[in-house]
Amino acid sequence: MKMKFVLVLISSVLLGTPATYAVNPDEVLKDPVLEERAREISKEVRCVVCQNQSIDDSNAKLAKDLRLLVRERLVEGDSDKEVMDYLVDRYGEFVLLKPRFAFHTLFLWGGGPLALLLGGFFLWRTSRKKKHAPLKSSTAGVKPLSDEEQAELDKLISSK
Amino acid sequence: MIIELGHYALILALVVAAVQSVFPVWGAVKSDHRLMGMAPGLAVLMFLLTCVAFAALTWAYLNSDFSLLNTYQNSHSDKPLVYKISGVWGNHEGSILLWVLILVLFGALVAVFSRNIPQRLRAATLGAQGWVSFAFLLFVIVASNPFTRISPAPLQGSGLNPMLQDVGLAIHPPILYIGYVGFSIVFAFAAAALILGKLDAAWARWVRPWILVSWIFLTLGIAMGSYWAYYELGWGGWWFWDPVENASFMPWLTGTALLHSAIVMERRDALKVWTVFLALLTFSLSLLGTFLVRSGVLTSVHAFAVDPARGLFILAILLIFVGGSLTLFAWRAPLLRQGGLFAPISREGSLVLNNLFLTTACAAVFVGTLYPLVLEAFSGDKISVGAPFFNLTFGPIMVPVLILMPFGQLLAWKRGDAWGVAQRLTSAFVIAMLATFGLIWFMGVSTTSIMTALGFGLAFWAIFGSLWEIIERSQLFKISFGRSMARIKGFTPTVWSTVLGHAGLGITVLGIVTTMAFESERVEVMRPGETLEQNGYNVTYEKSWTQNGPNYQEMVSQYTLRKGGNVVGIMEPSKRAYNASGMPMSETSIATFGFSQVYFATGDSDANGGIVTRIYFKPLITLIWIGTLLMSLGGCIALFDRRLRVGAPVSARKRKGVAGGVATATPTPAE
Repeated sequence: MKMKFVLVLISSVLLGTPATYAVNPDEVLKDPVLEERAREISKEVRCVVCQNQSIDDSNAKLAKDLRLLVRERLVEGDSDKEVMDYLVDRYGEFVLLKPRFAFHTLFLWGGGPLALLLGGFFLWRTSRKKKHAPLKSSTAGVKPLSDEEQAELDKLISSK
Repeated sequence: MIIELGHYALILALVVAAVQSVFPVWGAVKSDHRLMGMAPGLAVLMFLLTCVAFAALTWAYLNSDFSLLNTYQNSHSDKPLVYKISGVWGNHEGSILLWVLILVLFGALVAVFSRNIPQRLRAATLGAQGWVSFAFLLFVIVASNPFTRISPAPLQGSGLNPMLQDVGLAIHPPILYIGYVGFSIVFAFAAAALILGKLDAAWARWVRPWILVSWIFLTLGIAMGSYWAYYELGWGGWWFWDPVENASFMPWLTGTALLHSAIVMERRDALKVWTVFLALLTFSLSLLGTFLVRSGVLTSVHAFAVDPARGLFILAILLIFVGGSLTLFAWRAPLLRQGGLFAPISREGSLVLNNLFLTTACAAVFVGTLYPLVLEAFSGDKISVGAPFFNLTFGPIMVPVLILMPFGQLLAWKRGDAWGVAQRLTSAFVIAMLATFGLIWFMGVSTTSIMTALGFGLAFWAIFGSLWEIIERSQLFKISFGRSMARIKGFTPTVWSTVLGHAGLGITVLGIVTTMAFESERVEVMRPGETLEQNGYNVTYEKSWTQNGPNYQEMVSQYTLRKGGNVVGIMEPSKRAYNASGMPMSETSIATFGFSQVYFATGDSDANGGIVTRIYFKPLITLIWIGTLLMSLGGCIALFDRRLRVGAPVSARKRKGVAGGVATATPTPAE
C-alpha cells in the first residue's frame, strides 16, 4: 500500500501534473450515454506511465490525453471494441488492464480454473479411495508407545 | 554513541540467532535437555537486543539526528512528533527493522507463553524461528542497514513523503506486519513437527492461538490499509488489486484456509498433512509479499536488475525457505500417519471444500500478480493485469464459498445430512430473500441489475444463514424462551466466533456489492455561493481560505451539505503543499450517514475563483470495514476458547491447591 502511494507520487511529480484526480469537468461529454460508455472503457484501460492505475483513476497527463482520445473515438461513432482495438494498435496490449485471452495469456486465464479442477479431482480420488478401502478398526496402524513416551506416561501416572 | 549501541545490539542479535538456529534443534533431535533448555532464553535475549536496536533508531528520529543516512533521507525536524515516531518505519530500512522486531517478538512470546508444550517441540520450533530471524537480521545488517552514517551531517533532513504523513502510517504497518510475520511462528511449528516426525491433534491445539492472532492482525491490517487508501488517495477507491495489496491478501486467503483446517485437525485428527502444508505455504506467501514489496520488482523487472543487491538477497531468502520447507515436507510428510476418516458430506467435508475454494482463489490472485513479471522476464512481452481481471477471476470463486458457508456450520462431524440441513435453513433462506427484495426496493427496482440482485441475495444468505446457527442451537421458538436463553448463555466461544466471522464476511460482501452497484459521483467546477443537487443532497460551495499547518500550507474549501433543507454537514476538504518537498496533496473530507458516506475532494482552482469539486456518494460503504471488524472480533472470541489456552486445563485455584498440597473441594469444570 505504502509503495503504491510512493509510486503514485513519483509518477505525478515526474510528469509535473498538479494534484487533480481522474476525470475533470472539462472532459465530460454532453451525451450521458456516451459519457457512461467512456467511463466504462476508461476503467479497463491502463494509464501506461502509472503503476497499476486505470486512466479513469489517474491524474497523469497521459491519462487525461487517453481519456480525451477515448471520448473522441466514441463521438466519431466507434463501438467499444473499436475504441479498444484503436488503443491497442497505438499503445500495445500493455494498455489493457484485462489482457486478451490468447496463447501467451493461456495460463493467466486458465491458472485459477486449473487449480480448482486439479484440487477437485484430487479430492474426488481421495474420497473414492477411502470408500473402497476396507474400514479398519480405529486402533489399526497406531504405533505402540516409544520407550521414551512410555517413561513419560509412567511418570505422569506415578505423580498423581 | 546510542546509534552505535543500537548497531552493535543488532549484530549481537544476529549471533544469538545463529546459536538459536543450531543448538536447540540439535538438542531436540538428540534429546539433549541442556541444549533444548537454551532456546527460550536465547529467544528472549534476541528480542531484547533487537528492541535496543529499534529504540536507537527511534531515538535518532526523535532527536532529528541527520548524521544517519536513513533519518536524513526520511525525516525533518519540523515534523510533528507522531510522524517522527511512525517515520521510523516509513522507509525501506526502518520497515524491515520493524519486520524483524515483530519476528523476534513472536519468538519471545512462544518462549514465554508456551511453557506447557513439550520441550522438544518448543525447542525445535524456536530453532526454526531462529533460521528466519537469522536470515532477516543478516539482510538488515548487510543489505539494508538503517545505521549507516553520513559525514558531514546535513543540517536538515529531506522530509517524510507527504502521503505517509498520516495517522494511518502509525497504525497500518505495525498491525499488518504482526499478521504477516506472525505466520512465521506457525511456519516454525510446522517445520518443527516435520523434523520431529510427530504431528497430532495436540499440535493443532498448540498452534491454533498463533494462527488466530496472526489472522486477526492480518485481517485488521488489510482492512485498515484499505480505509487509509480510501480516504488518502482522493478518488474514492478502496481496493485496487494492486500487487502490494495482493501481497498481503494471498497469505490472508491461505491463512483463512489454515484457520479452518486446523479446526478439523484439532477435533478429528484429520487433514494433518494438508494443515502442515498450508502452514508452510502461508508463511511462504508472506515472504513472497515481502519480496514483491521490498525488492523493487514491481516497478519493473528491469528496475530490479538495476539495483539487485536487496532484491536478490530477499529472493535468495525466499527461495531457500520455500525450497527448503517444501523439501522438508516432501521428505518427512509421508511419515505422518493419516488420521480420522469422514464422509464427503460432513463438517469435515465442508471445511475441505472451504479450503479448496480459498486456495484456488489464492492461486488466481497469485497467477494474476506474478504472470506479468514472469512473462516480461521470459519473453519481454509487457501485459497489464488489473482490477477488471481480478474481479472476473476472483469473484466467481467466492460465490460457492458464500453459498456453502451456512451449510458447513450446521453439518454434523463425520457424516452429515445435507438435505436435513437444507430443510433447517429454509427459514434463513426466506428471510434472506425478503431482505434482498427489501434492499432492491429501497435502492430502486429499475436501477438494480440482475447481477446486483444476485449479489444482495448471496450477501444476505451469508449473513442470515450464519446467524441461523444461533436459532438452531438455542432451539428458539421450539422450546420455551427462558430455556433458549439458557442455551444461548451456554454457547461455547467457538459458536460465537464462527457466527461472527461468517456474518462479518456477509456484511463485507453486502457493502462491496452495494457500493460497486450504486456509488455515484459528481465532478463540477464550482464558484463561491453555487449550489448543486445530487442524490437528494444539496451542496453549496461557501468559501476557501489558506492556513498554515505544522509543516505545510493548505487551502481549505468549505462546503455546506444539506438534505431536505437541513444542514447535515460542513465539509472542508483541502489541498496541501508540504514545506520540505513542495509536493501537493489532497486531503479529503468525509461525512458518514448511517452506513453510507459522502466523500469530498477538491482539485484545481481556475482563474475565475472556481474550484474543481469531486463529490462521491458511497452507499453502505462502511459495511466493508465493519464486516472485517466483526470477522476479527470473531477471531478474538475464538482465542478465549478454553481448549486453546495451553495452560488452561489447570485453573489458577487448583494450581494453588496442588502447590499447597491441599486437595481443593471446588469441582473443576468438565472439560
